[in-house]
Amino acid sequence: MRLRDISYRVKTPLSVVLVIILTAVILSSVLLVRAYQDSRQDLIDNTLNLGKVLARTLRPALTRDEVWQAYETIMTPLERSLADDGHERLIMVLDRSGSIFVSSQPSAHPMLTPLEELGESYSRLQALIGTRQGDSPYLAEGVDPARFVMVVPILAEDGSPMGTLILSYARALLLPRFLDTVERVILATLFVLAVLLPLGWFWGKRMTDPMVKLSTCMARVGSEPPDDIQCDLYDGGDEIGLLSARFRRMLEDLREKEQLERGVMASERLAAVGRLTAGIAHEINNPLGGMLNALSTHRRHGTPDAITARTLSLLERGLLQIKETVGALLVETRLESHALTPQDIHDIHTLILPDVHAKSLELDWAVRLVEPVALPSTQVRQIMLNLLLNALQASHPGGRVSCDLGVTRQGLCVEVINHGDPIPAEKMAHLFEPFSGSSGRGHGLGLWVTYQLVQQMDGRIEVESSEHRTLFRVVLPLRDREAA
Amino acid sequence: MNRRTLLRGLAAGLGASLLGGAPVAAAIGHDSLRIGLTPVFLDDQLAFLERWRAYLERQMERPVAFVQRSSYREITELLLTGGLDCAWLCGYPYVRHRERLQLVVTPLYRGRPQYQSLLIVGERDRRTRELPDLEGRVFAYADPLSNSGWLVPQAQIRLYGKDPAFFFRRSFFAWSHRNVVEAVAVGLADGGAVDSYVWEALEVLHPELTSRTRVVQRSDAFGFPPIVARQDLDALALREFKCVLMAMSETDTGRALLNELFLDAFTSPDQDLYEGIRALMQQAGLS
Repeated sequence: MRLRDISYRVKTPLSVVLVIILTAVILSSVLLVRAYQDSRQDLIDNTLNLGKVLARTLRPALTRDEVWQAYETIMTPLERSLADDGHERLIMVLDRSGSIFVSSQPSAHPMLTPLEELGESYSRLQALIGTRQGDSPYLAEGVDPARFVMVVPILAEDGSPMGTLILSYARALLLPRFLDTVERVILATLFVLAVLLPLGWFWGKRMTDPMVKLSTCMARVGSEPPDDIQCDLYDGGDEIGLLSARFRRMLEDLREKEQLERGVMASERLAAVGRLTAGIAHEINNPLGGMLNALSTHRRHGTPDAITARTLSLLERGLLQIKETVGALLVETRLESHALTPQDIHDIHTLILPDVHAKSLELDWAVRLVEPVALPSTQVRQIMLNLLLNALQASHPGGRVSCDLGVTRQGLCVEVINHGDPIPAEKMAHLFEPFSGSSGRGHGLGLWVTYQLVQQMDGRIEVESSEHRTLFRVVLPLRDREAA
Repeated sequence: MNRRTLLRGLAAGLGASLLGGAPVAAAIGHDSLRIGLTPVFLDDQLAFLERWRAYLERQMERPVAFVQRSSYREITELLLTGGLDCAWLCGYPYVRHRERLQLVVTPLYRGRPQYQSLLIVGERDRRTRELPDLEGRVFAYADPLSNSGWLVPQAQIRLYGKDPAFFFRRSFFAWSHRNVVEAVAVGLADGGAVDSYVWEALEVLHPELTSRTRVVQRSDAFGFPPIVARQDLDALALREFKCVLMAMSETDTGRALLNELFLDAFTSPDQDLYEGIRALMQQAGLS
């Protein structure tokens, strides 16, 4: 798996954690290096100070050739153990000729032995002491890599040299103290990490969360309809906030566009169906008219026998049914009628009342129309009658049906509401197509006719169907006064 | 190492080496019996000394003060000049100044009022069998006024027909028998001369020290370092002091103190005990 394939949900907290760990490690290392240097410097400083004190104290012993006193003096700062292996701290006094006067390890460094006979590192030290002038104590470098060797000249009152004090401390002496520091630094670092790591992880996650949400939400675009995409997106002025806002707007645009497309497609389809229906109706109407005429003529002039008369009657009834159906399909608009008056609406009320009573329904009749409006009354009545009869049919017995009519700025607005079963979604898409809504009663052309009528009056029809109520809303723009 | 403990240790060490041991009693009254102590025994056990002093004080019903100095010579000088009333001295300084000193008691060690001088070498030195083997080596003496720690080896070297001044490559004084043992044990000196009484006491108290040394040679027996008084000390005080010391083995506390000293008792002294030391002095050409 490549790094760039890992989710930011993991990558960001991980980066924060890595930065914390890296910082902790760097800081600890710096502290440790510093601690080591400090320990080293402390050891050297302390030893040089000790050397200065010892050198002064050794003066009388050297003057009087007091070996024991010199031995006791150099042993005072050391643990006076008899073990030969205690070579960690070594103090020795050289006489003026550079031979051992006394050493804290007498068996290893016998008295009167010249320094250079003690080994290679000691001869290097001897050479260094020989070249070095002056009376101040110093650290002899490059004598023994495993030890700090410090040289303190022992001077008489008048400054003439009496001997040399050598303090040789093993570097390993620093180790316990350094290890102690290491332990403490590691403990402190672990403690800090224990506190910071969960914090860092949490913070990193918090930072990434909005981005992850946005990304998950974006992934749904294309695979799900925009209407179903509901995301709780981050709101803020930073990049992710801006991105979220932009995405929300995009989603809305998408939703609108889809809705528009759906509407256009539906109306295009309905228009095509309308054109097709009208064409077929005209084509059928012409021969149908001829056939009915022929039948009428034959009945008027001929004297058909009983069988022929029955046959002709059968034919005529069939042709009349076809005519009726085609007539219903072919919504006649050229029919001129008077402007819609409150009386027309009242007539509708009267017309449907028997049906209302038959089903024991409750009817809310809210009509706010006091004067005629410039709309053809026949078509409006047809529309209202269709919608109301549908509503009555959809209602359960004892239910309630509302009709609300009023004039708004957009025009005449009619709302018919029933509380029956909702319209199923698969039916909704083809609701206004002919023969789609047939449910046993009627020929299923009511809504088709209504739609056609509304279209012809440049109005619009909307349906909202939910669990408890189904609403049909028709808005018809008023015609100009002059036209009316 | 912590610097503070280091400096403190250093200060303590310097104090001890410069002052040569602090006096047990800080201020000494006029009526005190002043007793000088030398490292003829393990005189560095201050708690024991304090108990012994308190015991003597109780028994004599007068103040007692112990006085310690860094060398036999200083104690001897103090005693001769009246700065001390009595002192536990080595037989050698007593013999040297026997006209001006009087014996009070002689300790009884392992049933005898005698001890020996031991020649010791480092435990690793398997070669040395007698003093001549140490010729040209480094040697530790106890004190220039010590019989066992100086006079005996001096006399022996002369016996071998050598000059003690040039016999060793180098020699030094460690200023106490205990220090001689340590110097030999750590290898500062190749050999040393030491009081048998002190060495044997150390064998019990500090076996880690004596186990690193090996006794090569034992000398003849000599009179045990006696407790002496200046010639002009008040006779009553002298008698009283002598009685108290000799009675130590008869009291429980006294016996306990003697036990800590590894001694049996203090007995009435015999002048002749110290004839051996006088003979040594002649042998060493010192009288």
